[in-house]
Amino acid sequence: MPEDGALCGTFFMNGDVACAEGAISAGCRFFAGYPITPATEVAERMSERLPHVGGIYIQMEDEIASMNAILGASWAGLKAMTSTSGPGFSLMMENLGLGVMLETPCVLVNIQRAGPSTGLPTMAAQGDMMQARWGSHGSYEIIALVPSSPQEIFDLTITAFNLSERYRVPVLVMSDEAVGHMSEKVVIPRISPKELVSRRRPDGTQEQYLPYKADEDLVPPMAIAGEGYRFHVTGLTHDERGYPVMTVEAQDQLVRRLVDKIRLNKKDIIRYEEVGVEDAEVIVCAYGISTRVARLAVQEARNAGIRAGMLRLITVWPFAEDRIRELAQQVKAFVVPEINYGQIVLEVERCAAGKASTLLVPHMGGGVHHPQTILKAIKEAVQ
Amino acid sequence: MTTPLTVGENTVDSLLRLDRMPHIWCQGCGIGPAVGCFTRAIESSGLDPDKIALVSGIGCAGRAAGYVKLDSFHTTHGRALPFATGLKLGNPELNLVIFSGDGDLVAIGGNHLIHSARRNMDMTVICINNFNYGMTGGQAGPTTPLDARSTTTPYGNFEYPFNVPYLVAASGATYVARWTVLHVRQLEWSIAEAMTKPGFSFIEVLAPCPTLYGRMNKEPKGLDTMHSYQERSVVRDGADPKDVAIDSDGPIVVGKFVDIERPTFWDQWKLLLDRAREKKK
Amino acid sequence: MKLWRTPFDQAEKAIRPAKVLIDKERCKGCGYCVEFCPRGALVMSDELSSKGYTLAAVADESKCLGCGLCDILCPEFAIHVVSNDNES
Repeated sequence: MPEDGALCGTFFMNGDVACAEGAISAGCRFFAGYPITPATEVAERMSERLPHVGGIYIQMEDEIASMNAILGASWAGLKAMTSTSGPGFSLMMENLGLGVMLETPCVLVNIQRAGPSTGLPTMAAQGDMMQARWGSHGSYEIIALVPSSPQEIFDLTITAFNLSERYRVPVLVMSDEAVGHMSEKVVIPRISPKELVSRRRPDGTQEQYLPYKADEDLVPPMAIAGEGYRFHVTGLTHDERGYPVMTVEAQDQLVRRLVDKIRLNKKDIIRYEEVGVEDAEVIVCAYGISTRVARLAVQEARNAGIRAGMLRLITVWPFAEDRIRELAQQVKAFVVPEINYGQIVLEVERCAAGKASTLLVPHMGGGVHHPQTILKAIKEAVQ
Repeated sequence: MTTPLTVGENTVDSLLRLDRMPHIWCQGCGIGPAVGCFTRAIESSGLDPDKIALVSGIGCAGRAAGYVKLDSFHTTHGRALPFATGLKLGNPELNLVIFSGDGDLVAIGGNHLIHSARRNMDMTVICINNFNYGMTGGQAGPTTPLDARSTTTPYGNFEYPFNVPYLVAASGATYVARWTVLHVRQLEWSIAEAMTKPGFSFIEVLAPCPTLYGRMNKEPKGLDTMHSYQERSVVRDGADPKDVAIDSDGPIVVGKFVDIERPTFWDQWKLLLDRAREKKK
Repeated sequence: MKLWRTPFDQAEKAIRPAKVLIDKERCKGCGYCVEFCPRGALVMSDELSSKGYTLAAVADESKCLGCGLCDILCPEFAIHVVSNDNES
């Protein structure tokens, strides 16, 4: 193990553990969490590893407290993370909004399980995708990444920290039970400091510092507590000084910037993978664990003479709407397999805008699709 | 915006955000004197204001974060304590003060209160207790005395309230005191003592709310409540917290009830680090 | 009062003339300072502030011992008691 405590080498580990290792490689030094199946292993791994890398692990009294504790730790200058699943994710929503409003970098991992309510705690689902986008009240933009393997959850956890530090916004890693509990080969490279992003800090004098005066990229430099800036931050609508201002104008200025700093930078944020889309007449648009099944279905469709392709969404929020619009000009149909009763399909349908048809392949949760189910939908779509 | 009267001389002014004065609190509100005591306690304790962070929740008292010239965080309803926990663990050099109301800390944030006390997190909680929810218009809460009127107990409060010092002491706080805002000298001294003491310190501050609670309970002016504090309060340092419950017209026991030593979360964390290193070898 | 000897800390404890400054923009007229001044040096005036509150005012500055209770009790941070040494 290198001196900084990050692992390096090739390992056989499950997605939850890989997520924790990704966080440590990304420089995460604070974890607050609460046990919940199937995300518990992330917390367990962090409790074991953080003491050895100069970090702090704390088990809070609930998920509400966990979310707040990572916001606090972030304002003390640490990279901070929490992990949870459906019920805990719901509890975190209010303070996810606080993170957005205070522009606090942090990472929230959701190892999704089937709901509603307690649902199927030990079985996979992708039912929180719209909650990830709209779960907290008010208008805002958020970043959500969806890994499809233990290797990718490792990689994307690092990306999540980088994006959250870059844009001062909570970033969600929307994994699921299948990826979380799946053990596979994970290659952990030596991460050089150059690959890691840290929030920009103010360089002006303390008297002149305005906590919410944004630079050209709409992201304000961030002071941390205890450095003498004596700043004030509030969940109330505020001006550049961070002071509450209860006016329509202040609301417009602030919320517009919070949304725009993500929307105008979406080229930098959005990631996707394309397989055989060049000549495709039908595209399977999938994300997370569903892509692994979809890949097989697309292959079988090709074998059967159907020009099928796949668009694998890695960044789900902000949504890859420009790319879907382009592809809609070319294809007959989009097939959207997801382990819920239709969430991301609504976005695909919106962007296809009638130019191509969309076909949902739902799964109510507790498992993954059978490749034949998706294949059947592909065949149906091209008829 | 008003200009300070004595620039550089007055402790209170140098630790206030003068560009936000006058504040939003009503005539006769007790939060102002408590904020004043806090700022003077910083001065008298000799602590570096740059290393003090103030965290508030939501409500009238929660607005204190916006008026003090410190690193100050106005968080969500009830969540000041877990936010402060993250802040403290992220930078153990910070002196954390949580300034919030009874509804915020004891009702919606009650779970965080008992757990922060249990962990003996090194922080000072100043809990303004005005017996009701002021910001939302005077509703009853878990500290509203039995039979008291509020906008949601028009026939009198039928629920038994918390004895807050008893709750916090039982949960493991190492410093527990209660004062009213009439006891300004004692309160200032108590806050200074709490801020310099390691571990979880809790100070309940009874404060008049003439606009809402007072108006509905035969104390329509702040002065009426102050007079009632003058008549009813009994200083009993070292009183057993179980004997200090407040009813609507009985004596109000004030004083320092608990001042004990117990390892803090951070002390325990350092022991854990040794254990972790030991196991690794 | 006649003392049989001069106390060693007399200079320190001597009553100093003090000046009570009341910020009329901040005062909301709660009356705490007037009510609890141990010397009765303050009074509620007839004057209204720009926001319509009845203002507290100094009635008799010579009564003030500079204890500062009005200052620390004021919910509005509107009263500052300053030493008047330089002027006397």
